[in-house]
Amino acid sequence: MLMYLKVFLIGGLLCVIGEAIILKTKLTAARILVVYITAGVILSALGLYGPLVRFAGAGATVPLTGFGHALAQGAIAGVQEMGLLGAFTGGLTATAGGIAAAIFFGFLIAIFFKPKPKDYQ
Amino acid sequence: MDQNRNNTLSHKEIMQRYAELVKKFTPKSKLAQGCLRSFWVGGSICVLGQAIADIGAAWLKLTSTAASSLASVSLVFLTALLTGIGVFDRIARYAGAGTVVPITGFANAMVSPAMEFKPEGWVLGTGAKMFTIAGPVLVYGISASVMVGILYHFIRW
Repeated sequence: MLMYLKVFLIGGLLCVIGEAIILKTKLTAARILVVYITAGVILSALGLYGPLVRFAGAGATVPLTGFGHALAQGAIAGVQEMGLLGAFTGGLTATAGGIAAAIFFGFLIAIFFKPKPKDYQ
Repeated sequence: MDQNRNNTLSHKEIMQRYAELVKKFTPKSKLAQGCLRSFWVGGSICVLGQAIADIGAAWLKLTSTAASSLASVSLVFLTALLTGIGVFDRIARYAGAGTVVPITGFANAMVSPAMEFKPEGWVLGTGAKMFTIAGPVLVYGISASVMVGILYHFIRW
């Protein structure tokens, strides 16, 4: 149960940081995503994100920084396994599930659903 | 007595008091409200992800990386479905970064334009516009990770 509390707190906190950045700097959501994934890769490479994942599980892996962490750790594991080539194969191997799912389900939903007329706020 | 006093207030004073009351009862700021909303929604999405991963590990005997992938794929699927039926937009409008920062934001950024640009065709509409936002995310994420891999190859920290 304690684990779930940690997941909630860290996951929530990462979102609050994003919200504060959006409201304070007027960065668009697209830029936030780019900033988060890149920050995740860098923090992971510096060895700072791994401990957070061990501490908060999905609280650290579900936010997009966790996606960056998986990319970086995948690239490192790839290099350990097959040398320099692994730098190119490792990242996507580790994140293939999420990316393929987003592409496939996105396509599937586009087939079966009509876009709703958007009411812009 | 207080009632009596109120009756003698000028219009300007009433407006002033009204403004004070409004200020007192509205949430401190847009920032505080946005942070609160994104905190509990974002936290809950992560808890859901953890629950899916735990179920995968316990019932399907998945390794921790596989369980984590299962959580990602499941959250992406849920997001796609909720985007399709138009519910996700409403949650996103309420939660702000609470839905953008988790992997749900990435999924929604792909599914939403895939659906919306269907009228422009299956190839240049759905196929291409799917990557309007996801494209940059992948470009920077993958490029950074390849750089990390190359550095690791030569330095091995």
